[in-house]
Amino acid sequence: MKKTQNNTSGAALKTAFLHTIPILTGFLFLGITYGVLMTTSGFPWWLPVVTAVAIFTGSMEFLMVSILLSAFNPLSAFVTALMVGARHIFYGITMLPKYRGMGWKKYYLIYSCCDETFSINYSTELPEGIDRGWFYFWVSFLDQVYWVGGVALGGIFGSFITLDTRGLDFVMTAMFIVIFLQQWEKDRSHIAEYIGIGGSVLCLLIFGPDRFIVPAMLVILLALTVGRRKLEPAYPAASANAQDNGGSAATETASAAGDAQPADADSLPEREPGYTAVAAENTRQSNADSPAELNPGRQEKETNCRKEDEKYE
Amino acid sequence: MNDAMIMTTPQAVLTIAVVVAATLLTRFLPYIAFPEGRKIPKYVLYLGKVLAPAVFGLLVVYCLRKTDFFAAPHGLPEIISVLAVILLYRLRHDMALPLIGGTACYMILIRVM
Repeated sequence: MKKTQNNTSGAALKTAFLHTIPILTGFLFLGITYGVLMTTSGFPWWLPVVTAVAIFTGSMEFLMVSILLSAFNPLSAFVTALMVGARHIFYGITMLPKYRGMGWKKYYLIYSCCDETFSINYSTELPEGIDRGWFYFWVSFLDQVYWVGGVALGGIFGSFITLDTRGLDFVMTAMFIVIFLQQWEKDRSHIAEYIGIGGSVLCLLIFGPDRFIVPAMLVILLALTVGRRKLEPAYPAASANAQDNGGSAATETASAAGDAQPADADSLPEREPGYTAVAAENTRQSNADSPAELNPGRQEKETNCRKEDEKYE
Repeated sequence: MNDAMIMTTPQAVLTIAVVVAATLLTRFLPYIAFPEGRKIPKYVLYLGKVLAPAVFGLLVVYCLRKTDFFAAPHGLPEIISVLAVILLYRLRHDMALPLIGGTACYMILIRVM
């Protein structure tokens, strides 16, 4: 981060733009839809723009249309927004170590973290020499510009758009599928992936499409907590450190990616009191399930394994 | 603000403010709980590692949540397009091909099926 800021920021902007092209497509389309929906519901064109900037969660903004057209009930609006926004808590927990030490950028990164921004910022393996902080910033900023721009276009010119764009929003679905597949290939174990899909489908069947997110999050959290003993050693390589340095050589560790990372955030889990006995018992039962920290040789093997995976990518 | 509105403009402004506050709260909560300088508990770090793969699964399901398997065309456009995305991704490991191919496939299928 001591390099000249303009170069650092410019290179990161270019990389960020290339990574957000799918979001540009999806957000313009969805944003226009939201702008049109708001204006055809009788609201002035600037209202969707203001809410797009301030709320910046597509799903909540679409709900805003019906909330504003019903009776005044701020408590219900508050609870709805908490439920719809609850998944941000998961994004926050995941990005916690990555967004540390970002200075002024951190506040904007937190405020502007939506599904798409989170997915890109979490999953992108940065090429060497790209500043992590600036990349995160530009991805967040560009995504917000795409969204607000789309909403403004829809709000102002909505009535003139007659192109049949039905189904264009599938680009978002496709992007999440690809990010899911990339994650799948990165991980040796896929238990967390199964928990995510299984818990979500289960809750979708029980609670229906409009109410399944929060129950699904609770099911996922519960399953990940109960399964920690099995999962923790299975996902060692997913640490912030290994993720960010991508497939590049260890020499990069000292550069931008490394210095923003507090030592405690990416150190391997130590044994906890009470955990040791169970873990040791586990080792006796089946060697394959032994936590990595009890077996240094295995740790090395996992690192190599991961490097192989990255080469494949 | 809008003739169809039941609430007054100040009430509408308050409603929007409340929604903004709730959304900000969900975003800032983890960072308020674990500010810079405070050590992040092991359990939270662990969650930070395993939540992402699970959440990507949740997001895929979320995107497809409105799929209706009981009415024609029984979710076939979704199923075929998802398979197309997976196949195209396996074919060449990049983002562009599966996204363009999958979306084109979906847009055609929902028009012809």
